[in-house]
Amino acid sequence: MTQAPAQSSKASDMTDKSDYDHTPPTTEQKLEWLRVMQLIREFENRTMQAYQQAKIGGFCHIYTGQEACAVGTIGSVNHDDPVVTAYRDHGHALARGMTPEACMAEMFGKIHGCAKGKGGSMHMFDKPNWLFGGHGIVGAQTPLGAGLAFAEKYKLEVLGEGKKKVTLCYLGDGAIDQGAFHEALNYVSVHNIPVIFIIENNGYSMGTAIHRHTANADNLISRGQSYGIDSIEIDGLDIVDLYNEFKPFAERCRETSRPGFVDLKTYRYQGHSMSDPQKYRTKDEVDTYKEKDSIARLLSQLIESGDFSEDDWKALQKDIKAQVKAAMDFAENSPAPEANELYTDVYANPEKNLSPTTEYNHGLNNPLL
Amino acid sequence: MTTLPDIKPITSDIHPAIEDMIDMPELLPNDQLPPFEGDRVIQYREALREAMSEEMRRDKRVFLLGEEVAEYNGAYKVSQGMLDEFGPERIIDTPISENGFAGMSIAAAMSGLRPIVEFMSWSFSFVAADPILNNAPKMLYMSGGQFGCPIVFRGNDGAGGQLASTHSWCVEALYANVPGLKMAIPSNPYDAKGLLKTAIRDPDPVFFLESERMLGDRAHVPEEEYYIPFGQARLAREGDAITLVSFGRPVNFCLQAAEKLAEEGIEVDVLDMRTIRPLDIDSIIERVKITNKILVVDQSWPFASIASEVVTQICERCFDWLDAPPARLNTVDVPTPYAKDLEYDYLPNPDRIYEAVKQQVGAQ
Ligand SMILES: Cc1ncc(C[n+]2csc(CCOP(=O)(O)OP(=O)(O)O)c2C)c(N)n1
Ligand SMILES: [Mg+2]
Repeated sequence: MTQAPAQSSKASDMTDKSDYDHTPPTTEQKLEWLRVMQLIREFENRTMQAYQQAKIGGFCHIYTGQEACAVGTIGSVNHDDPVVTAYRDHGHALARGMTPEACMAEMFGKIHGCAKGKGGSMHMFDKPNWLFGGHGIVGAQTPLGAGLAFAEKYKLEVLGEGKKKVTLCYLGDGAIDQGAFHEALNYVSVHNIPVIFIIENNGYSMGTAIHRHTANADNLISRGQSYGIDSIEIDGLDIVDLYNEFKPFAERCRETSRPGFVDLKTYRYQGHSMSDPQKYRTKDEVDTYKEKDSIARLLSQLIESGDFSEDDWKALQKDIKAQVKAAMDFAENSPAPEANELYTDVYANPEKNLSPTTEYNHGLNNPLL
Repeated sequence: MTTLPDIKPITSDIHPAIEDMIDMPELLPNDQLPPFEGDRVIQYREALREAMSEEMRRDKRVFLLGEEVAEYNGAYKVSQGMLDEFGPERIIDTPISENGFAGMSIAAAMSGLRPIVEFMSWSFSFVAADPILNNAPKMLYMSGGQFGCPIVFRGNDGAGGQLASTHSWCVEALYANVPGLKMAIPSNPYDAKGLLKTAIRDPDPVFFLESERMLGDRAHVPEEEYYIPFGQARLAREGDAITLVSFGRPVNFCLQAAEKLAEEGIEVDVLDMRTIRPLDIDSIIERVKITNKILVVDQSWPFASIASEVVTQICERCFDWLDAPPARLNTVDVPTPYAKDLEYDYLPNPDRIYEAVKQQVGAQ
């Protein structure tokens, strides 16, 4: 087994990444990213509307502003590399290939949703697309990320099946304050587990600015480094730069079976959740970031290089509008789960006398399977 | 020959490990508390705030700590304005580090302070399960009576807002199993204030269970200071057909069901337990001796629930007074679903209570 260097620093990361694939993205890739980022944005616009109309309930966290993070990092790995994230998960689900239909129907609490309406906005799971969930408890997904990577490595080394994989585990800047995350970091470094912890650092943990909630906030990568994990800081608003940095980093983690730590700087345009008066930040601050919008940036690059025209953009927007509209109709028309679904999916082997009041059974199969 | 020093027995009601034992307020029976009805109508969340603020004005050792409690004015606006009044030394924002800040606060309580720890939701208390279960309730015992732990953990408990499985926990059955802690669960604004004030003064760790679904509920709350004793239930409605025993939000479901039953000529008792530990079993027995039937309505899952405990104690202590097997109605025994209708079916809702009462009243 490869033993990677125990020490890492910003500088050393930069020097040896040339060993790994770092071909710049093709125009095709960029166009695909533009499409998916715009899909997420339109999807989230519709999500907010549907929430206002009370078609969606519970906690709902909007991804707008952060699109380049999910699209750029997921776009740097293989389809069968595992992904796990927190509750702000619509973008990851769509970037992973979940249909907008399954994602929206889930939020509508309908049977054709990815979790049959049992999970809602915070719990997007998609087995065929190697998405192991959105998770609601802050930090809970970080040991899971370690475990997904552990399992793939075990399969390869002990069972002799599969291939070298790298797992992507997303978390917010607020989640780095959780003990579970530090346990996961230590474990994966000691045991050479190829998982990359991607901090989607949008500067706020709910209403608390990063300097108020975490120590050493300007140097987050020192946390990863202190565990001997290769750690880099990446601008999460420019998807091309992001890819050029992240892709070789991910390849190196895969090849050397080492963990990674990424401080991915981004910004969320909307409130923390759908009920956030946002008194902790100014409109000016939000506007400053909107000027650096990742979709607008990629679009203007593509137009400048002549690979895309204003007309193409109009056509793309129109297509996506129609696509998301179709997803809304789908979600609207899908039926709510029947009352019996309350008792299904509780046990894989529902034996007698598990409950004093309830008989469990298997209901409808998950629509994604 | 060894001479062993004399050890004196403890004669005070409150353990000397708690230095300020005289801090306990006078605890009055229900009929001497200020009237439950009145026209000073405020929200449940305001009643909680009033309780904390009054106690903080009285006692500088009391402080509030939790996620978003200060600058954000509380994720659910319970602590709105408290930072302005008490300042950042006493209204303290924490990182999302429940294990860390719960443990820290426990040691602060051992050291003579009076922390109020807010969990944004009790669902997040599992991250802090070790300190809140392993330290707080056992400190007095494990130190052989040297260190007490006067601390309040409070936050939202229970399902109802379509928050799905991880965010909808009812922790009462899980946590009430642990000796050394007390548990209060107010069903209305009046009790929210009176019970929280008692919780802050109590010399033991108190798990205080609120409900996000009730924070906006409005009712009369006396402006004056009052302390509702733990272990003193309130008969919220009096009848003769059956005694409904409940606590927290489902008390309100019972009252709704009772209205509908009354239209059909079925008058039921609704007993609001107010605290789970201590459990006012005497009041339950007193009513069961009149109605001879009991239905416990409990928002925890049935297996080893609070309802199981109440039913067991009733069987042990007044079996002969029952005209029908004691019954319980719990949350359905599955994880909490997100979909709206499924979630409604899952809860011990008024419709399910109505049906269960009809069945019990029919049974002889
Ligand atoms: C253990 C736990 N504590 C508290 C919460 C409530 N909560 C949900 S999200 C959040 C803020 C997290 O911020 P961050 O990790 O930066 O992610 P972002 O929302 O910015 O994407 C909080 C406090 C929770 N879900 N789980
Ligand atoms: Mg954040």
